[in-house]
Amino acid sequence: MRRIAHVLAIALLLASGAACAVESGDLRLVTAPVNRLDDESLQRGARNFVNYCLSCHSARYMRYNRLTDLGLDVSMIQDNLMFATDKVGNPMTVAMTAQEGKTWFGTPPPDLTVEARVRGHDWIYNYLIGFYRDDKTATGWNNIVFPNVSMPHVLWELSGSNKLVETEFDDREKAEGAAIAVKGLSLIEPKPGGKWAVLSIAPDVPGQMTRVEYEAFVADLVNYLDYMAEPAKNRRIHVGMFVLLFLGLLFAFAYWTKREYWKDVH
Amino acid sequence: MQKLLHWIDARFPLTALWESQWGKYIAPKNFNFWYYFGSLALFVLVLQIVTGIFLTMNYKPDATKAFESVEYIMRDVDWGWLIRYMHSTGASMFFVVVYLHMFRGLMYGSYRKPRELTWIFGVFIYLALMAEAFFGYLLPWGQMSYWGAQVIVNLFSTVPLIGEDLGTWIRGDYTISDITLNRFFAFHVAAVPLVLIAIVVAHFMALHETGSNNPDGVDVKHQPKDPKTGLPPDGIYSHPYYTIKDIVGVIFFLVVFSVIMFFVPDMWGYFLEANNFIPADPLKTPEHIAPVWYFTPYYAMLRAVPSFLGSQFWGVLVMAIAVLIFFFLPWLDRGPVRSIRYRGVIYKSWLAAFVISFLILGYLGVVPVTVWGQFAENMPILGGADRATVIARFFTIVYLLFFFLMPWYTKWDRTKPVPDRVRA
Repeated sequence: MRRIAHVLAIALLLASGAACAVESGDLRLVTAPVNRLDDESLQRGARNFVNYCLSCHSARYMRYNRLTDLGLDVSMIQDNLMFATDKVGNPMTVAMTAQEGKTWFGTPPPDLTVEARVRGHDWIYNYLIGFYRDDKTATGWNNIVFPNVSMPHVLWELSGSNKLVETEFDDREKAEGAAIAVKGLSLIEPKPGGKWAVLSIAPDVPGQMTRVEYEAFVADLVNYLDYMAEPAKNRRIHVGMFVLLFLGLLFAFAYWTKREYWKDVH
Repeated sequence: MQKLLHWIDARFPLTALWESQWGKYIAPKNFNFWYYFGSLALFVLVLQIVTGIFLTMNYKPDATKAFESVEYIMRDVDWGWLIRYMHSTGASMFFVVVYLHMFRGLMYGSYRKPRELTWIFGVFIYLALMAEAFFGYLLPWGQMSYWGAQVIVNLFSTVPLIGEDLGTWIRGDYTISDITLNRFFAFHVAAVPLVLIAIVVAHFMALHETGSNNPDGVDVKHQPKDPKTGLPPDGIYSHPYYTIKDIVGVIFFLVVFSVIMFFVPDMWGYFLEANNFIPADPLKTPEHIAPVWYFTPYYAMLRAVPSFLGSQFWGVLVMAIAVLIFFFLPWLDRGPVRSIRYRGVIYKSWLAAFVISFLILGYLGVVPVTVWGQFAENMPILGGADRATVIARFFTIVYLLFFFLMPWYTKWDRTKPVPDRVRA
């Protein structure tokens, strides 16, 4: 019995070790500073979303009045976050059709309701700080996280424009060292001749916001997207703690009862 | 109350049924940890049926509405998120419990004479469960739902001669479509659950006819009975002893279940895949299609088998054999003892090799075949091949040999004598 448990444990270790070994991660993402309990950040994020994303991207499973979750009341939502023609119980749709999106951008802008569950908040955060100027693309913008993305850098007036910095190294180890030294978003890429390049972005033309302000702006937005992908998340975690507490007590009681009954079994 | 019971008993064998199936059912007293998973499987079955009924009240089996109806359940239906997470967590936990329950059977020889039919009904339950999970996974109509179903239906299309027609017949269309969704919904909520419940009842009745096995494999039912109590020396009544013990098991299980459901319902992509939050798009094939974890050992086998004579059918065949071979287990095992406790080192090693194969294949089925890189080009035979594919082939063979060689190694194995009484 015990031997089987050992063998099983070793097999599991092997499998999990293998799982770690795969994580080669050429793209080095920054952790998004999101906080699901920070209502003010979520409110700012909702405003950023409505002002900057909701012209092209819909959030068609999210109703406006659900924003009351974030500590807003219905009149605030109606006055500040929506067009007068919409009803507060409506979902966040856009006027642009998928066909129009396809004509204008090459691919229709995806609905963002559950995007944070598809990509994860870290990915979206890095994507939004990962734009740089690139004259070779149709939009004039490119992205470290999502190369040749068809979305232009709509936030450029805020962030200013960045440029791509590419440094070449003789081997992968040196490149990895340099990528760590970037202390931010970076990408390690193999180059011809066995060389490796580290790609990162650097500020070029300043925008209306400083880099710190822009990152905070994006963090709020991503925090909101994360909330919108699963509005019940806070409730789920909150309820979960009480459920576990109850089950713990129930377990203790059931276990004690079982021991009392089993006293007769010899 | 007594009078009512008499009234019923005169018309329907209520007391007799209760007593034969549970109340006066005599079970060995030495059940250990591994014996919780039967009652837990029954518990999860009930949980899935109940949560499933509530989901059906709000879900729409329509290709244009299915995805959004699931999101509305998650957002607009009161406690909808909880019901949906219970059902999605329950699906995965059903397989966890069933796999452990089956492993128990392997370890203690629960499939051996006279319990062959209990085992066979059990394998049917496993098959029905796979069908149930497969049909259910299409319903959220996400990218993985769609493409996963596509891959699995295509397996049937590899059958020689009739394959193409078979695929069309299953889908009811030339591609996975609204029609497919509707019939899968019918199978998932009506046909398969009915079958499942029927086989579970048969599994139960067969077990209670022969009596339960136990970790020692000792024949408790045929021990001389105590004239005073009417019980064999190693037997106890299920009720109340195992009733209360199983309740403790269920509560502990609920703790584990709740930790997952309330704190990591997607289980980092293993229970709910990230790509399934993208609505199904027949024109956009995802880069990496992986089935949910409980199918991945077989998926790894499927991918590992090379095509031969221009057909992928061989992989499907290997996969089918790997599942269906469980049916023959009672006759493949020629060992003189049931339980691993009295088996020799050969059986133990084979069982360990089987479990390791199953786990590694399970892992390999989740990841792309390129995960471990390729062998160097200048290597003989293996040069340039994906390492993961070669390793998957190796473990597929180990998995199959565990069964194919069983008649011999169980016979040759040096076993220990089985005592008359269970160990204290």
